[in-house]
Amino acid sequence: MKSAENKPLLEVKNLKKYFQVGKNQILKAVDDVSLDIYKGETLGLVGESGCGKSTFGRTVIQLYEPTDGRIVYDGREINGSLPSAERHGFTRKMQMIFQDPYACLNPRMKVIDIVAEGIDAHGILSGEERTKKVLELLETVGLSEEHANRFPHEFSGGQRQRVGIARALAVNPEFVICDEPISALDVSIQAQVINLLKELQEKRGLTYLFIAHDLSMVKHISDRIGVMYLGAMVELADSESLFEAPLHPYTQALLSAIPIPDPDVEKSRSRIMLEGSLPNPVNLKEGCRFASRCPYAEQLCKEKTPEMKEVRPGHFAACHKAM
Amino acid sequence: MSRLLEVNQLQVHIKTQHGIVQAVRGISFYLDEQETLAIVGESGSGKSISVKSIMGLLPKNGKIVGGSILLEGKDLSKYSERQMQTIRGSDISMIFQDPMTSLNPTMTIGKQIVEVLKEHRKDMTKTQMKDRALELISLVGISNPETRFDQYPHQLSGGMRQRVVIAVALACDPKILIADEPTTALDVTIQAQILDLMKDLQKKIKTSIIIITHNLGVVANIADRVAVMYGGQLVESADVRELFYQTEHPYTKGLLASIPKASHKGGELTAIHGTPPDLMDPPKGCPFAARCTKTMEVCRQYPPEDMLCGESHHARCWLLDERAKAFRE
Ligand SMILES: Nc1ncnc2c1ncn2[C@@H]1O[C@H](COP(=O)(O)OP(=O)(O)OP(=O)(O)O)[C@@H](O)[C@H]1O
Ligand SMILES: Nc1ncnc2c1ncn2[C@@H]1O[C@H](COP(=O)(O)OP(=O)(O)O)[C@@H](O)[C@H]1O
Ligand code: SF4
Ligand SMILES: [Mg+2]
Ligand SMILES: [Mg+2]
Repeated sequence: MKSAENKPLLEVKNLKKYFQVGKNQILKAVDDVSLDIYKGETLGLVGESGCGKSTFGRTVIQLYEPTDGRIVYDGREINGSLPSAERHGFTRKMQMIFQDPYACLNPRMKVIDIVAEGIDAHGILSGEERTKKVLELLETVGLSEEHANRFPHEFSGGQRQRVGIARALAVNPEFVICDEPISALDVSIQAQVINLLKELQEKRGLTYLFIAHDLSMVKHISDRIGVMYLGAMVELADSESLFEAPLHPYTQALLSAIPIPDPDVEKSRSRIMLEGSLPNPVNLKEGCRFASRCPYAEQLCKEKTPEMKEVRPGHFAACHKAM
Repeated sequence: MSRLLEVNQLQVHIKTQHGIVQAVRGISFYLDEQETLAIVGESGSGKSISVKSIMGLLPKNGKIVGGSILLEGKDLSKYSERQMQTIRGSDISMIFQDPMTSLNPTMTIGKQIVEVLKEHRKDMTKTQMKDRALELISLVGISNPETRFDQYPHQLSGGMRQRVVIAVALACDPKILIADEPTTALDVTIQAQILDLMKDLQKKIKTSIIIITHNLGVVANIADRVAVMYGGQLVESADVRELFYQTEHPYTKGLLASIPKASHKGGELTAIHGTPPDLMDPPKGCPFAARCTKTMEVCRQYPPEDMLCGESHHARCWLLDERAKAFRE
């Protein structure tokens, strides 16, 4: 889908999002992350809990004000000084699907009104046309007309996630951030939702940022994958290269830790076990963030923060020892 | 290996405002000494309620309405709450998904381990209890046990908390350790450590393990045998290799097929369509009939019997009936 000559749909440059968590305490949830996403591609984002994946997504979509850095969408810079009408336009083109299909749907609203939330907020359609559009959307995500007047608690997890997808699609977005869209679902239902997301992407030419910690599913759906560790991007590559030849020691450990659903393979595998613990994310010092757990760390790693460099064509890693 | 636990035709009902949930509908399985049994299945299929019945920890509105739970021949389903208290934490221990909910946030981790010993090991002196607690803390792979002894749960990372939960559960050398989704809330790198720890401890202290998980990779990693639940029933059980490589039940096949394969990247995944049955009003035939790709008329009308399809390989599916031969492929 993506091609190198393509212009990126989204360019994120040196994005930072810091949170003040106490007196003189700064938590760098996203620290200097740069990334391009091309039209029609799926970029997967993985990493341990708390490493900043959701914060990155939320900042890109303007749910958080960035601390620093630039976000360029389709050639136009999105920032605070943009006139509100134009800002409104961007929020329509970018939509988000959330992790927890239970928590993010208002329990007192009927499905028809939940799905139409964006339509109403942007004043796109009303009356019969609005109803018609919602029914169309429900059909698109594999639900039926009779579901429109029900409440979220009357649905299963997979069905609720479909309602969330229909809501995101209602305003005809181009770019969708999927934040752990399947984590709360059963394995058999996960496949249904992933198939649906892929099908919609093909039909509507959607671009996805797909955040997840199930690496086998990320590999399945993504063209390229970014790996985050403690607020920083540590590796970025197309998914084959990342899985075949990971460069960063953290990615290597992460991949070796995924249990493989095949008893003969799994019981004969050796793993890279990480020793040491995650450093305190508050007030991080200079140096590689992974040094405290890295089996290859040397003096340089503790003193100097490695930058992302293109080690192989299209394959970036932030490690002093990657080559 | 000798038989430790035998569950026969267990049935559990849960009373709710809207009616009775038939959470467990006649399941039978066993556990031998030093083996690990994994229970997998759709959420709501009755996994947690089954193991909670063994522990005597059913919700107040829940009741065992049939069957037996034999621990070394003694029927736990007939035990009073008072009798169960002597079993819990000593003969059988349980760990839960979220380590935070099973630890007391206001008590140091050392004290939490000592409390369990106080309850079940009246023969131990205070000093012996403290020594045992320190030993357990280092046994589960936490360094500086002396320092950790006096720390509170919130001062530890998620992975370390789950280690403490395991230490508490192992305090009295239980014969059986039941773990309900013990790694679901953890990152994969930490999950790998906890699985290794459980396998290592099993060798050292010779306990048997029942682990509930929805991750088939975890099953492949740790299980000797697997039981698959669907709609309150046990639809297939077998040795782990046999379950993965000679799968018999259409639900198990569907589950294995829905995992992305390296060889088939980006293609359509084989999903199981539809949703699981409502256990308030379970179907009269096979619980999987509404989603199965092989459903025959008989499946909707009559529940399939438990069939033996290999040495200790069981499955409940009409396709295994002699008369259904023609429908198998
Ligand atoms: N509003 C906030 N105020 C203060 N700290 C926050 C806030 N939101 C997130 N954080 C912190 O920022 C860091 C990154 O959080 P984020 O939610 O982005 O993680 P994540 O990678 O999405 O994790 P998970 O896999 O658990 O969803 C964490 O340390 C988190 O505690
Ligand atoms: N406290 C409860 N009250 C009412 N119904 C319950 C309760 N706990 C579980 N159930 C019901 O019992 C069935 C089995 O639940 P459970 O054993 O928790 O499933 P699993 O662990 O397989 O996800 C489900 O239908 C569930 O909704
Ligand atoms: S009994 Fe029938 S419906 Fe049930 S799993 Fe077998 S073939 Fe499918
Ligand atoms: Mg998140
Ligand atoms: Mg459960």
